[in-house]
Amino acid sequence: MSQPTTSGVVPMVEIRGLHKEFGHLHVLRGIDLDVPQGSVCVILGPSGSGKSTVLRCINELEDITAGRVRVDGELMGYREGTRGGKPALFRLGSRDIARQRARIGMVFQRFNLFPHMTARQNVMEAQIRVLRRSKAEAGARADELLRRVGLSDRAEHYPAQLSGGQQQRVAIARALAMDPELMLFDEPTSALDPELVGEVLAVMRDLARSGMTMVVVTHELGFAREVADQVVFMADGVVVERGTPAGVLENPQETRTRDFLASVL
Amino acid sequence: MSDLAGQGRAKSPDPAASTSDPVPDRIHAVPVRHPGRWASAVVVLVLAAMVVHGLVTNDKFDWPTVGKYLFNEQVVRGVGWTLWLTVAAMVIGIVLAVLLAVMRRSENPVMRYVSWIYIWFFRGTPIYTQLVFWGLISVLYPKLSLGVPFGPEWLHFTTTELVTASRAAILGLGLNEAAYLAEIVRAGLQSVDRGQEEASRALGMKDSTILRRVILPQAMRVIVPPTGNETISMLKTTSLVLAVPFILDLNYATRAIGTRIFLPVPLLVVAAIWYLAITSVLMVGQHYLERHYGRGFDEHHGGRAGGGPGGRATRQEAIAEAGTTPEIAVFDDMGRPHGGGAGGAR
Ligand SMILES: Nc1ncnc2c1ncn2[C@@H]1O[C@H](COP(=O)(O)OP(=O)(O)O)[C@@H](O)[C@H]1O
Ligand SMILES: [Mg+2]
Repeated sequence: MSQPTTSGVVPMVEIRGLHKEFGHLHVLRGIDLDVPQGSVCVILGPSGSGKSTVLRCINELEDITAGRVRVDGELMGYREGTRGGKPALFRLGSRDIARQRARIGMVFQRFNLFPHMTARQNVMEAQIRVLRRSKAEAGARADELLRRVGLSDRAEHYPAQLSGGQQQRVAIARALAMDPELMLFDEPTSALDPELVGEVLAVMRDLARSGMTMVVVTHELGFAREVADQVVFMADGVVVERGTPAGVLENPQETRTRDFLASVL
Repeated sequence: MSDLAGQGRAKSPDPAASTSDPVPDRIHAVPVRHPGRWASAVVVLVLAAMVVHGLVTNDKFDWPTVGKYLFNEQVVRGVGWTLWLTVAAMVIGIVLAVLLAVMRRSENPVMRYVSWIYIWFFRGTPIYTQLVFWGLISVLYPKLSLGVPFGPEWLHFTTTELVTASRAAILGLGLNEAAYLAEIVRAGLQSVDRGQEEASRALGMKDSTILRRVILPQAMRVIVPPTGNETISMLKTTSLVLAVPFILDLNYATRAIGTRIFLPVPLLVVAAIWYLAITSVLMVGQHYLERHYGRGFDEHHGGRAGGGPGGRATRQEAIAEAGTTPEIAVFDDMGRPHGGGAGGAR
C-alpha cells in the first residue's frame, strides 16, 4: 500500500491486508488497495493471479480469510463490536450483506444476463425486487439506460437474440439501474469477438467520464492507458507493482510486470 | 416435417421473386424425393385399417354398450373424481417437492437430512402400502389436536371427520409423488448456470427472490417435461385409491358397472377412452407450459416485437433474420412463428 488517504476524504474502496484461501490454496496473500472516489483503477495480471478473487471479495461473493474491505467507509460483511470485553467481528446477516451488495454494480466476463427475460426486463428486475421501485419507474429507468448504452431498439429482445457486445452492454445497464456508487468489471470484453470489444469499452469510457468509481480487470492496455487513474499489476496473489498508467505501462520497474506486458502486446 | 420445411422455404421468396428479386438467379431446385416415406405410410395405413376393422367388427367389444355407458352419470362422476385426485395430488406433490429440493440444497444440515430421509422413506415404500396406511390413520390416531408439543392443546379433531377417504387418497398420492418430483426439481435447479445466482446476488437480491425469479423459472425448462410424465402416470395411479378405500374414481366406477351388468370388456373400453382423452388434454397443456418456459432459450422464437426503428442495424441481426424463417417452419410444430413472445412475456 502506498497512497496516503488524501486530506481526510474516504476512498471509495479501501482494502487492507486481504487474504483469501480456497481450502489449502492460498490465493490472495495480503492485498492493500485504495480506490479514491470517482477514479478508475485497472487491475492487470496473468491468469490465476487472483484478480477476479479481489473483485469478488469487494462485493462479498467470497468470504474473506483475513483483512478488511471497506466501501465508502463501511466495513463489508462484518460489524465491529466487542465480546467479553474484547474487540470482535460479527458476521452480518444475509439481509445486510444483500443491502451492501446492492450499492456495488458488477459486470461479469460471461455477461450472466437472465436468459428468460428480455433486455428491458433484465434491467428492471432488481430495481423492482431490491429497490422496490414501481414497474413504471423501473421501466422508465430501464429505457433511459438502454438508450445510454445504445440499445433502445433491442429492449424487447431476449439475450440469446443479442450479440455478445450487446449482451454486455445490457449487463452494464442492469448494474447501473441500481444507482451503484462503485462498479466492478471482471474482464468485460474477454468473451467478445474482437470487432465487438470497442462498443463495450466505449460505454465504459463514458461511464468513467461521468465520474463513476470503477475497478476494472482487463487486458485492454489501450483502455488502461486512456481511462485509468491507477494501474495495479498482480501476480501470485500479491500486488507486484502499482502507479499511474504511464508509470506501470511505459516504464515498469519489476521484471514480472515487464514480462507480462510483453506477453499481452 | 422437413417436407413442410421445404415447402415453406420454396414459397417464402415468391412475393418478391415475381417482380424485383434482389437475388439474381435464385435457386428453385426440385426437392429430393422420399420414396421410403410413401412406402412406410402405406404400410402403416394398412395396419391401422386392420386394427380398426378388428375392433369394430369384433362384437366382444360390444360398441353399443360402450356408447351407452360412455356418458353414464356414475362414469362421468368417476372422471371428475379421477381428475380432482390427479390435480390435487400433483399440486401437493409439486409444492412439497420444491420445498424438499430447496431443503436438499440448504446450507443447514438439518434441512438436508430431513429432506433426504423424506425422499428415502416415501420412495422406498410401495404407494399401495402408503395408501392403506392413510386409510387406517383414523384407527391409528383417532384424535388429532393442535397445540404446544407436549404442552397444552387448543384444538381437537376427530380424525375420521378431518381425514375423509378422498382426503386420505389425495394426501397419500401427493406425499408419495413429492418424493419423486423432488428429485426432478433438484435436477432442474442444478441445471441452471451458477453465474445466474452470482449475478443475482451481486444485484443485492435475497435468496428467496433469486430462487423465485431467477433459478426456478429457468429450471422449469428441465422440470416440466418429466413432471408432465409424472402427471400422466398419476392419472392412472389414482386407480390404486381403492386401497384407502376410496371407490368413486373412474377405474372403480367402470369396474363396478362392468361387474354388475356382466359386461366387463365394454366398460374397460369406456375407462380406456376416458383415460386417453384426459391424457391428450394434459399433453396439450404440457406443450404450452414447455413453450412458456422455453422463452428466451430458443433464439429463433419471438423477439421481433421491438425491432422497430433502426431495422437491421448490425450484421448479426441481418444474419439472425435471414436464418429465422425456415427454422421456424422446422421447429414450430404448431405451424406458425412464435411472434409476440417478447410483448406478452410477463
Ligand atoms: N471457488 C474456488 N475454489 C477453489 N479455487 C478457486 C476458486 N476460485 C478461484 N480459485 C483459484 O484461485 C486462483 C485465482 O483465481 P482468480 O481470482 O479467478 O484469478 P484471475 O482472475 O486472476 O485469473 C486460481 O488458482 C483459481 O484456480
Ligand atoms: Mg478472472
